[in-house]
Amino acid sequence: MAEAPRSPLSDMLWRRPNLLLLLLVTPPLLWLGIVYLGSLFALLAQSFFSIDEFSGLINYEFTLKTYGELFRASNFDILLRTIAMASAVTVGAAIVAFPIAYYAARYATGKWKAVFYLGVMLPLWSSYLVKVYSWKLILAKEGILNWLFETLHLSWVLDAYLSIPGIGGNSLSVSWTGTFLVFLYVWLPFMILPIQAALERVPPSMLEASGDLGARPGQTLRHVILPLALPGIIAGSIFTFSLTMGDYIIPQIVGTSARMIGQAVYQFQGTAGNIPLAAAFAVVPIVVMGIYLTLAKRAGAFDAL
Amino acid sequence: MVAAITFSGVSRHFGDVRAVDGVDLEIGSGEFFALLGPSGSGKTTCLRLIAGFEQPTRGTISIFGQDATSAPPYRRPVNTVFQDYALFPHLNVRDNVAYGLMVRGDAKAPRRTAADEALALVALDGFGDRKPSALSGGQRQRVALARALVMQPKVLLLDEPLGALDLKLREQMQGELKTLQRRLGIAFVFVTHDQGEALSMADRVAVFNDGRIQQVGSPEEVYDRPQTPFVADFVGASNILPADMVEAIIGKRASASLRPEAITFSDGPLQGVVESHAFLGSAIRIEVMCNGQIIKVLVPKSGVVPVMGETVKLGWPAGALHIMDSTDG
Repeated sequence: MAEAPRSPLSDMLWRRPNLLLLLLVTPPLLWLGIVYLGSLFALLAQSFFSIDEFSGLINYEFTLKTYGELFRASNFDILLRTIAMASAVTVGAAIVAFPIAYYAARYATGKWKAVFYLGVMLPLWSSYLVKVYSWKLILAKEGILNWLFETLHLSWVLDAYLSIPGIGGNSLSVSWTGTFLVFLYVWLPFMILPIQAALERVPPSMLEASGDLGARPGQTLRHVILPLALPGIIAGSIFTFSLTMGDYIIPQIVGTSARMIGQAVYQFQGTAGNIPLAAAFAVVPIVVMGIYLTLAKRAGAFDAL
Repeated sequence: MVAAITFSGVSRHFGDVRAVDGVDLEIGSGEFFALLGPSGSGKTTCLRLIAGFEQPTRGTISIFGQDATSAPPYRRPVNTVFQDYALFPHLNVRDNVAYGLMVRGDAKAPRRTAADEALALVALDGFGDRKPSALSGGQRQRVALARALVMQPKVLLLDEPLGALDLKLREQMQGELKTLQRRLGIAFVFVTHDQGEALSMADRVAVFNDGRIQQVGSPEEVYDRPQTPFVADFVGASNILPADMVEAIIGKRASASLRPEAITFSDGPLQGVVESHAFLGSAIRIEVMCNGQIIKVLVPKSGVVPVMGETVKLGWPAGALHIMDSTDG
């Protein structure tokens, strides 16, 4: 074998693999540690300051007063509304995503697998704003959905639905149902892909073993497939839940005038200039996700990992 | 004796591939039965047809006289030990073993008792609370065995049960499976590509090639009286003598098989030059070139070993040369 040309640097790194590792991980660690987490903690620190109501200046003394403000009725409504919406979107996305992911993981091969990935990813390639405005048109009173209901002489169904207080409204585009549908559409890929990845790891023999031991297909779904897909569902729900909680554009374009957390943060740190309250609002999704993951872990959602 | 499994003209085609092609087979209710063949020979598909994971393209399958051709797996009185064990990773060992009882609707307490008894049967008492991931390969296989046996199947199917184990464990498990089968008195049907395993464990062996059964018989029959050149070659790597050579020896034109261990270096009808030696531990395999044909000879280590290039004569006891009925394959 021909001898490789001398390379003192390569030789040294080969002899000291820890040095190579250090060189490789230092830049991303600096990015993650300082730029990414550092700025987040700087933001969170703001939530322990308060704003002077007369001067509008920030009072840099530790206080929990700002957190207390979150529990004022008008602010607390925003929290409840956002958490309810994020939960609904997550559950809806899981229900819609599961059969798609199951098909892709168990049955699609070769060309159909490519079609699946393309179908799931394609919506992600177009602009988020374009998609949201398109949905506004679809859901509007003059939109295609209304037209479809009219053509099928089913307008009374839609009208009856829209008259339900809370989720209804003048048209779908100004109702919470409309906001829900757009969220569901926009975040669906983030639910499909993790579930598909989890199901992909379930060997077919495991499903056969379940049937072999006497389980009907429904029992296999409940006792084997769902528990094994659960880590994927949880991973997907982290995306859909936190993305919904933080979003401030969709509820602004589609839905009622009532605000969600993202809009509140946007307004308090912008026009209102109340950075501490904006920061306190921003802490809520983090705390909610923390609680959610702790409960999920305790319920054994990650046992199959 | 009622046949446990009956195949009548069973075929399973995948598109153009004939995985199983016109198989007729009968397995007795207390038999230890081996499906032996190289990979892709159709033996595993046959097992999957019995379990109900595949449906035959043609033909019928019955289990204890009842037609099971299109019965789903969960309605068959058979259970399977999978090659990869297929233990459920989210359940502990006890819940894995009790899974079949759980989906059947048994109460928790009897379920637990039955699972612990099954674990004791495979010498895994006290492992119930562990997760499958905390077990060794051999232990996982025992769990898979307990999980199938707890259902009290009439036929136990084993797909390459010992394939993933190391040599020592494999030999130990061979003995244990044999003992277990005798004790339970149910039919064990196992798939293997290892002829040694099939011969040492099974009461009867079916040798598969290209989706068809080449021969069914006791290990002695299959080994000593192979019906086709394929069986002679696959089971025990026999020498297959071409028709010309056989004609020169016995005056009858047919191909024949000759076991390497039956040949001795003594005065006999064949003469050749030693080509190579291979040390196999307990024996030495010598290849002798006779009239352009390599003849393998197996001699004990303690025996007389000719040197390379030496001209030797090959002899064998009367009856060792087995004329094969069919010359195809």
